[in-house]
Amino acid sequence: MARSWRHPQRGDGGGPLTLRDLPNGAFARIVQIVSPQQDEEVAGSSRRCSARLEALGLRTGKIVQKVSGMPFHGPVTLLLDGRQIAVGWNISAHVLVIPLKEREGSHGLRPERD
Amino acid sequence: MDCDRNETKKLLLVGNPNVGKSALFTRITGVHAVSSNYPGTTVGFLEGWLRRGGDSWRVIDVPGAYTLSPTNEAEQVAERMVDEGADVVVLVLDATALERNLFLAFQTMERRIPVIIALNMVDEARHKGIDIDPEALEKLLGVPVVPTVAVTGQGINRLLDRLPEARPGEVRFSGAHSGQTAVPGKEERWNAIGEIVERVQRVSHRHHTLLDKLEDASVDSFWGMIIGLFVIVASFASIRFLGEGIIDEFLDPLFDACLLPVAESLSALLGGEGLSHDIVVGRLIDGHIDFEQSFGLLTTGLYVPLAMVLPYVVAFYFVLSLLEDFGYLPRLAVIFDALLHRMGLHGFAIVPSLLGLGCNVPGILATRVLDSDRERFIAATLISVAIPCAGLQAMIIGTVGELGMRWVLAVYATLALSWLILGRLLHSFLPGFSPELIVEIPPYRIPSLKSLGMKLWMRVRGFLLEAVPLVLGGILIVGLLDATGITALMSRLLAPVFNGLLGLPAEASGPILLGILRKDVAMGMLGALGLSPVQLVVATVTLSMTFPCIATFIVLWKELGGKRMAASMGIMILAALIAGTAARMLLSIKF
Repeated sequence: MARSWRHPQRGDGGGPLTLRDLPNGAFARIVQIVSPQQDEEVAGSSRRCSARLEALGLRTGKIVQKVSGMPFHGPVTLLLDGRQIAVGWNISAHVLVIPLKEREGSHGLRPERD
Repeated sequence: MDCDRNETKKLLLVGNPNVGKSALFTRITGVHAVSSNYPGTTVGFLEGWLRRGGDSWRVIDVPGAYTLSPTNEAEQVAERMVDEGADVVVLVLDATALERNLFLAFQTMERRIPVIIALNMVDEARHKGIDIDPEALEKLLGVPVVPTVAVTGQGINRLLDRLPEARPGEVRFSGAHSGQTAVPGKEERWNAIGEIVERVQRVSHRHHTLLDKLEDASVDSFWGMIIGLFVIVASFASIRFLGEGIIDEFLDPLFDACLLPVAESLSALLGGEGLSHDIVVGRLIDGHIDFEQSFGLLTTGLYVPLAMVLPYVVAFYFVLSLLEDFGYLPRLAVIFDALLHRMGLHGFAIVPSLLGLGCNVPGILATRVLDSDRERFIAATLISVAIPCAGLQAMIIGTVGELGMRWVLAVYATLALSWLILGRLLHSFLPGFSPELIVEIPPYRIPSLKSLGMKLWMRVRGFLLEAVPLVLGGILIVGLLDATGITALMSRLLAPVFNGLLGLPAEASGPILLGILRKDVAMGMLGALGLSPVQLVVATVTLSMTFPCIATFIVLWKELGGKRMAASMGIMILAALIAGTAARMLLSIKF
């Protein structure tokens, strides 16, 4: 997980890392979903993205397990409440997570609340 | 409908995608459903009828939605349908993903419509170690909750018995005053949902099942690719095996035994030649009727759609429906995302493309699931240019395959390359960006034979109703154009392009132009020209890639609008000529 130290978004050491950098199989808690920069044409699509992520239950505070990341900048698949969700490579850089030491709840099924 | 005595009530089925809403719809309405488009949109929905306890219900299967704050066109329609109101909303919730499903439930209940909840897939939830207390949920939400398993019909009767109990829910939010139902913020809503889930749901540990392991492996960076490759190869192999098997073992003998004697005696009756003979029976080849080459209504007109194409259509849709119902297609989207991203699409565009391999029309219609106009344009153009439909493929295998499978491979390789290159070019030159994939991957499920059979039947019926009349019409027109000398005139006019660029005899222009009616018929005509292997490959590629058939043309027009359809057609013709010429040059070097 050494990569997280170098991550440009959170250079303050030991902090959150992106979903993209989370190792396969690791459990983590989502701490922030960063909105992509709101440049003209991306804005509408980005709003749709955030709404869609939330509607699928991918939001701050949830515990996820990373299943895999596809090669050649392919999507990242994660397990959320026992259900697989795949998000594109670019989105995976905007989801910040804190890795968890032990498997909290079986399969990330138990709803975790702050 | 004989329901004039009392007014028909309206029942909406509302739920997330993949929660078994359609299975429930079929269970409660039976088979007589009407499918229509929501006014002013391209989103379709099903409507059916139910009679229960003296009441008549109009049942509407609302498009699957994750939220009523719409993120796509289907969700916009869902929002509008719910806002229009109903006598009862049946909220179909997936018991295996209660928390997320309650989000939509809350949004619906906040609209103060009478609601009853079908807590569906309780069997699957139990397998996953999830135990939900329906009575507790009922108390907390203030609306009836009935556990159901829509695919087996479990709980459906009880659900219908309790329809009259449906009532507006009493969603309470912590921090809000009791009875307050003002629209809450997202945070409040999620908090309230969290509290409810905590109180009604117990999750026990369970071991990974074989299907779970397969689910993980299917999206694994290594095994996912291996499984994907295996699925694709196995699908094509089994489609070919099934299609060929049905033709060789069943349909060829049947046509020889039943249709041939009839056609022969009719031929003798009509004197063996002349316009009416040629149109009804077709031309005799070496004094005999040839189902593939005679081109009469009674011979080729029946043989091509029913004995050459239909078996492959059945085989294709059988395999596709199997993959669909098993839940494999979203995994394919994950595997193809990186590639499709470089063509201006995201992984989910693989689903319309696969449908296009059956028939371009449903393929292009399915591009509606894509987010932007740009994506829809790219996907629809790629489908009509480089994705051959099952009818055309059946004829390619039947006609080009006679010269050896390597020539079939040459056709497929040219089409695949064209697909990749054209996609890349469109992505580079069209303004805009590739959107991101966000997709829920439903768990693998063992398909139910009944729903598989029904889906297959609907698709095959669609083919029969649409293709057979068009093939017959096409063959009639071919006969008339031939008889009036128009074919010869067209061939002369187009000879420079066909001869000079593509190295094809002038006669090949007729079939390629007539591809606009039905590509499978055109392929049959190309097969009858006696071309060399290289010529046949070039002609096949050109036929596949140029004009779409008439049905695809109409649907392209409807989906893209006149201007963009014209652009798409221009791209098609250009791409076909370039690919045809390139194939000719490359193959001539080797052969």
